[in-house]
Amino acid sequence: MTLLQAQGLTRRYKLPRRTVFGTPPVLTAVENISFEIAAGQTLGIVGESGSGKSTLARMAMAFEAPDAGRILFEGQDIHALGAAQLRRLRPDFQMVFQDPFSSLDPRRKVGWSIAEPLRAMGVSAPDRVAEAFEQVGLHPADGDKYPHEFSGGQRQRIAIARAIITRPKLLIADEAVSALDVSVQAQILNLLMDLQETLGLGILFISHDLAVVASVCDNLLVMQRGQAVEYGAATDILNTPSHAYTRSLLTAAGETH
Amino acid sequence: MKQLPANFIIGAVLVAFVVGVAALSLIWTPHDPTDLNIRAKFGAPSHVNWLGTDQLGRDLVSQLMAAARNSMTVALVAVLLGGSIGVALGLLASAIGGWVEDIVMRLADLGFAFPALLFAIMLAAVFGPSLTNAVLAIAFINIPIFARVARASGNQIWTREYVLAARAAGMNKFTITLDHILPNIAAAVIVQATIEFAVAILAEAALSYLGLGAQPPASSWGRMLSEAQTLMYLAPELAIYPGLCIVTAVLGFGLLGDGLRDMTDPRLARAR
Repeated sequence: MTLLQAQGLTRRYKLPRRTVFGTPPVLTAVENISFEIAAGQTLGIVGESGSGKSTLARMAMAFEAPDAGRILFEGQDIHALGAAQLRRLRPDFQMVFQDPFSSLDPRRKVGWSIAEPLRAMGVSAPDRVAEAFEQVGLHPADGDKYPHEFSGGQRQRIAIARAIITRPKLLIADEAVSALDVSVQAQILNLLMDLQETLGLGILFISHDLAVVASVCDNLLVMQRGQAVEYGAATDILNTPSHAYTRSLLTAAGETH
Repeated sequence: MKQLPANFIIGAVLVAFVVGVAALSLIWTPHDPTDLNIRAKFGAPSHVNWLGTDQLGRDLVSQLMAAARNSMTVALVAVLLGGSIGVALGLLASAIGGWVEDIVMRLADLGFAFPALLFAIMLAAVFGPSLTNAVLAIAFINIPIFARVARASGNQIWTREYVLAARAAGMNKFTITLDHILPNIAAAVIVQATIEFAVAILAEAALSYLGLGAQPPASSWGRMLSEAQTLMYLAPELAIYPGLCIVTAVLGFGLLGDGLRDMTDPRLARAR
């Protein structure tokens, strides 16, 4: 069953005008991108920085609207929903962010942060907070600590706990391991894969690093300057890349790992 | 423990002194500050009148103490009032953005462009001079200042990933503002409030000097200054003491605010 479907997504940004009376230049961040994620599957989106990956994530999370195209979550166009309807749907798709140091409020205890999605739903369930801690390999007693008391990898675990506490169907991970050490990267990737298995999560995994994505994804979308250069099964693309850009990404990944 | 910046320490000592004296005047002053004793006018410092007496024989120390209390009260009420309204407007602008933000910030520009003294004189002309009108005038000039601070720091916080996470969780903007934005801009607002406190003390003194603030018999540094002006050659100390008090209070809060800013500025914290 299709969980998330993007149809012809396009997003343009107006840049500051260069002359007083000229029309402002337009940057096309994402142009005519389509993809699908089935329930329990992982789609990797790869591309260098500036290729439009994060814009895609922001549109998939309904933080900003596309200029053209639609995003369907379980058949519903999330940008066509009213604010209240969208809020009811939000627990079903959650996000893990790139920077584990900015994704937790420094002034709040992490237990409070993890429970935030539950509070948004109007639910108070301390047992689910404790369960979420254990699912990501932390101790429920850690909830009384502040973010600065944890390492980067632990913080990313906390951010994952917050994202899965609503038992979502889709998890969007935008460069979720890029800011971590290589050894910690592997731990977090394993955690995500374990959670995918136990919770049946669909994952949209965004990374600039093809080596990271290659090991965990069923399907792959390679982006360059806002456009899709390749889209298909991960094994096909990795074994027989048809585009020179994909080959250069593969070479780069081979050099660093 | 990091070393505290020098301006913070000096400011804190001065502020503690001024606030302490003001608080003390609530329960005790050496004499009644309004007690006239015409025969003892222009008295020299003595063990009875520590700094002497003024042109009407009132005890100077007692007057300065009572004036300190009035000055602190005016500054506190004005900054709290103007600050609350300003921060609320700034947070609103920051949360909603778009045309609401534009309107609030253009109004703030308008408030900035309007001279505070002119506003105070206008209030006095319409409602008569009083301490309340002085407070309102000072509060008014504080609104755009705090609105700008709250909006600028609020806009920064809105881009943080923990705010995006709260939005992803389905929290509405009002809850996010209370849960995340306000606690994280509090430091910046407190720093601004301390600095504005110094400005408010100076503004109160200026308004009272012009006769637009505290009315007799209430004591005020500014009015003491204006009353001493005609006696400058006869008794210069009558102008020097309230002047020194104003300098101490303004300098104290100014230094304290600068010190707090240095302590909360991460760029300076790293340099230390």
